[in-house]
Amino acid sequence: MSRNQSSEEIIRQARLRLLRMHYESKVGHIGGSLSCLDMLIMLHHMVLSEQDLFILSKGHAAGALYVTLWSRGLLSDADLKSFHQDRTRLAGHPPVDGIPGCLFATGSLGHGLGLASGLALAKRLKGEAGRVFCLMSDGEWNEGSSWESLCFAAHHKLDALTILIDLNGLQGFGTTAEVADLAPLANKFRTYDVEVREIDGHDPEAIEQALAQRARCPLVIVARTTKGRGVSFMENRMEWHYLPLTTDQYAQAVAEVSRL
Amino acid sequence: MRNIFSNVITEVAGRPDFVFLTGDLGFMSLEPVRTAAGPRFFNAGVAEQNMVSVAAGMARAGLRPWVYSIAPFLYARAFEQIRNDICLHNLPVVLVGNGGGYAYGVMGATHHALEDYGTLAALPNLVAYVPAFAGDVAAAIARIQASSGPAYLRLGRDEEPKGLVLPPYAPWRRIMSGGGPVMLVVGPLAGSIAGALLDWPEKSRPALWVLSELPISRGSPASLPEAFLVDLRRSGHLYVVEEHIAHGGVGEMLAYALVARGEAPSCFTHRCAMGYPSGQYGSQKFHRQECGLDHESIVADLRARSS
Repeated sequence: MSRNQSSEEIIRQARLRLLRMHYESKVGHIGGSLSCLDMLIMLHHMVLSEQDLFILSKGHAAGALYVTLWSRGLLSDADLKSFHQDRTRLAGHPPVDGIPGCLFATGSLGHGLGLASGLALAKRLKGEAGRVFCLMSDGEWNEGSSWESLCFAAHHKLDALTILIDLNGLQGFGTTAEVADLAPLANKFRTYDVEVREIDGHDPEAIEQALAQRARCPLVIVARTTKGRGVSFMENRMEWHYLPLTTDQYAQAVAEVSRL
Repeated sequence: MRNIFSNVITEVAGRPDFVFLTGDLGFMSLEPVRTAAGPRFFNAGVAEQNMVSVAAGMARAGLRPWVYSIAPFLYARAFEQIRNDICLHNLPVVLVGNGGGYAYGVMGATHHALEDYGTLAALPNLVAYVPAFAGDVAAAIARIQASSGPAYLRLGRDEEPKGLVLPPYAPWRRIMSGGGPVMLVVGPLAGSIAGALLDWPEKSRPALWVLSELPISRGSPASLPEAFLVDLRRSGHLYVVEEHIAHGGVGEMLAYALVARGEAPSCFTHRCAMGYPSGQYGSQKFHRQECGLDHESIVADLRARSS
């Protein structure tokens, strides 16, 4: 992203491209991509350096990652057009290889933080600079392995590690409050040796500020977000974890996002 | 084999890419590794899923992690992490499972590894190493070091008898010639069986083979060694012995490979783990006896067939 373009505008364009990609491919998983798109754009455009690594632990937001990479010129329109089609590299969840900067196939939840911890520990052992960022969902904290990894990262004081949590409050078949209520989630993390920063996950300035400085221990950014952000009929609606867009819905979504 | 493993690993711990993770196990065994590896030794705690994912992350960054636990705590507990994080990405992580088969004896069913290599050999890229003799451990580790993909090392208890002259380690080895059935054994049980056959006349004893690396082949039945096939064509009787359940075991793998070649033997005997037939627990020997898998039962069976 060039500084000539505002963060808001880059995010708006990415949001529109995400909707188009899902509409053209006639597939769902839009809601959780819209909730974390602002964070992905800010991270990839403003923060990530060549020494840094990124893990998308919430692999169902692959669409948001692909569009983010597109917005940086690392994937083409032709690539996005292949999303979810036969012979694509752009599977519904990040694939094993073939996507720039995508180190691991993800999609089963609760793996990313362990992988990111391994990458961060390897950096320490090898004396390498750089940070490791891991984007997780809130439902992912149902997974015991996520807590195993948090214990490990905190114990080893993995200061290269930054965990972003997309706190959109909705998971696969219910709200996080209904399924296994951990609210307030940020307070659970505060009982570990990590630094917690709570932000509005749709405020580009707040995201950039929270990401800018690493901590002396693992950094956990708990970002309050809205699933389906920017599209009125999707916002906070669980079905938009799954549904594709009709033509009328797509037109309405584009109109609404354009006005954001 | 665990202490031998510890000694051999201590020798390679100085490599710059070496990392060792244990799931809070290794008392009275891994202390030398801990000393030798220093800051590259991690007790990852009782958290095997994380330990395997961490190892995958480290391998992705160019390190060569060794991950140790009691076998089922690794291959069963962290199966999805092994599948997704390590094997799908063909990363050089070595999973070391102590206690192959019923080796943990009366410690109980939760500690037994009866479906480990069958399960893991189903995953892409992974090679499972099953040393039969203490001397195999260093050779298997050398082969693992020379490979670039995922590995599983199944450790048991050595049963090598006195007086047995072993050929050097190889994935397939004929350790004893014989004119009887072709007996293929996986793991340390080969030692006890060989010991019981040492004084048998060569004409009537089985041709004793040991298989130490799995899967047999990835869709290519041609990789069976010719000397093994020659033995089998002569005998017509294949006798597979393994401390692993039948499903996914070497008996099944080999039967498939031979049928695919159109070389199915006329007689097939499979002695394998059958779980807990009586519902009672005991030593490794007790569980083998319950399955007819102990060397006395096998030798008695061979004697009955040859008479």
